[in-house]
Amino acid sequence: MRRIFNRPELGAACGVVAVWVFFALYAGGSGFLSWAGSATYLEIASELGILAAAVSLLMIAGEFDLSVGSMIAASGMTISLLCERLGWSIWGGIAVAMVLSLAVGFANGVVVVRTRLPSFIVTLGSLFILSGATIGVTRLVTGRTQVGGLHEALHYASAETIFASRVGGFSVSVIWWVAITVLATWVLLRSRFGNWIFGAGGAPDAARNLGVPVQRVKIALFMTTAFCACLIATFQAVKFTGSDVLRGTGKELEAILAAVLGGTLLTGGHGSVVGAAFGALIFGMVQQGIVFAGVDSDWYRVFLGAMLIVAVLVNTYVRGRMVEARR
Amino acid sequence: MRMQRVRALIGGVAILLAAACTKGSEPAKPASAPAPSAESAPRKDIKIAVVTHGQASDTFWSVVKNGVDNGAKDLGVTVTYNAPQTFDMVAMSRLIDAEVAKKPDGLVVSIPDPNALSRSIKAAVEAGIPVISINSGSDVYKQLGVLLHVGQTEYEAGVGGGEKMAASGVKNALCVNHEVGNASLDLRCKGFLDAITKAGGTGKVLAVNAADPTDSQQKVTAALGEGADGILTLGPLGSRAALAALKQGGNLGKVKLGTFDLTPDVLTGIRDGELEFAIDQQQYLQGYLPIVILSQYKQYGVMPAGGILPTGPGFVTKDTAARVIELSKQGIR
Repeated sequence: MRRIFNRPELGAACGVVAVWVFFALYAGGSGFLSWAGSATYLEIASELGILAAAVSLLMIAGEFDLSVGSMIAASGMTISLLCERLGWSIWGGIAVAMVLSLAVGFANGVVVVRTRLPSFIVTLGSLFILSGATIGVTRLVTGRTQVGGLHEALHYASAETIFASRVGGFSVSVIWWVAITVLATWVLLRSRFGNWIFGAGGAPDAARNLGVPVQRVKIALFMTTAFCACLIATFQAVKFTGSDVLRGTGKELEAILAAVLGGTLLTGGHGSVVGAAFGALIFGMVQQGIVFAGVDSDWYRVFLGAMLIVAVLVNTYVRGRMVEARR
Repeated sequence: MRMQRVRALIGGVAILLAAACTKGSEPAKPASAPAPSAESAPRKDIKIAVVTHGQASDTFWSVVKNGVDNGAKDLGVTVTYNAPQTFDMVAMSRLIDAEVAKKPDGLVVSIPDPNALSRSIKAAVEAGIPVISINSGSDVYKQLGVLLHVGQTEYEAGVGGGEKMAASGVKNALCVNHEVGNASLDLRCKGFLDAITKAGGTGKVLAVNAADPTDSQQKVTAALGEGADGILTLGPLGSRAALAALKQGGNLGKVKLGTFDLTPDVLTGIRDGELEFAIDQQQYLQGYLPIVILSQYKQYGVMPAGGILPTGPGFVTKDTAARVIELSKQGIR
């Protein structure tokens, strides 16, 4: 019993239940509860959840990555341009995009640990650089701002099976999401690297004195977030058979929000990947549930904001009670 | 105790939701058969979903929404209107997915990016929901199984604007794109620049940020410094910035300015000779007509025989501006 109460994600789990019950009561009749309805919010939650898994690890290590939003546009466009303009196989495009994302993550990490500037500022800079470069290069090469026709790329069918197929009516990205959440949780809680992450975010000096390579841990985590952004870009590029230069805008904040909903501290040193997954699930359910409830889109953000704050309140309240119960 | 507080929180949001959501929030009736029935269905049971890409800050789209709302009111049908908060095609496709899962009697969509939206639109068609596209998508609607397109063909409208500019002596033109990523706007610029080039002039596209008028104005000012003598903007957000840039530089009347779409300030600008012309696509009809058509389709199974129902392009010039101003005040033009 005590072990369950100790988990940081318990509050987020209650938030998930509360939001689900709310929409089941208010929008159940219009399809929120249906198979297809559940598939629409799980698809959103899965993509955000993959990003949030990496972002929560990075936040536990005490850093932020705001560049993931434009990393999505840059990666997607890399795949699309290589396939559409140069006739590459889609796997070649995906491989280059992944290498590129790892390089960007590496650069972010090195600049942050070497200059000791706040990662908030460094990655805000790379957010602008990446998004500007994506628009600039795309327009220079194609004269347009969206590139399509990916379904004609070599080996598209195999990529579609892996990144964009449906399993029992649900997007395959849900399976990726579960697998990545399990993997990241194992790394965080069961591996030495996980201890280093907690150390790097909670007490960096003490960790350094104990021989933890704090800088290398942080660089590796920046590479992980960029890579996960690239993975989402791949899902979307394959699913929507193309890319546009604005795709992914705002995802960086959504991922941070999901991590915080899931109990990860903005100050680092504490958090959970499973919690981030629940946070992403809350976000997905709220985002689509509002549509099922038939709320006019003028009011959309009011409800998104209100529901998210309520979810955080439920989350914090439950966690508070649990801490009390433990005493 | 614990549960009471939680329940109170949920209840609070429920009240908020019920209070501000004036229509569409009643629990839905069991979904009716998607195919049009031979007998007439009661109009109040007809549910139509509209999903567009129009950002709330764009006055153009509030006229479309007025058309949608008036159509719903006049016919007594239930309509939900949704648009993503930013120009985000992935978000838009998911709005469509959610609406399709609600099994409406008809779906109205704009198609600014066929690559990103085709999956969701095809899913709607496969689910047996009659779909009408509006505004953008005239070149692709048929391939997607959409029954009818209500709007104007973008490339030709751009060409029309370019020809008018060239006729008034423009040699070095700018096409101000305020919504980077929208294929329809890219087509307009292409048509415009093709027409200018054909007439012996030159031109280029200037990308500006719709959400930031100051940024847009400064970019136009900078481009004017490079010697542009004609500007075409693709909507009110762009024309307002271009007008401000012309005023600031004392270039009003010297640099020809044309725009797509009408707003009160565009119309008074035309009346006062600050703008040459506005290309009008009568977007009110793009909102209104699909509601009428889909309602009739649900009730009686009648539908125009396919193709594009053109709502534009038409030109508003100095001669006609005054008449249009009155209607514009009512949010209809």
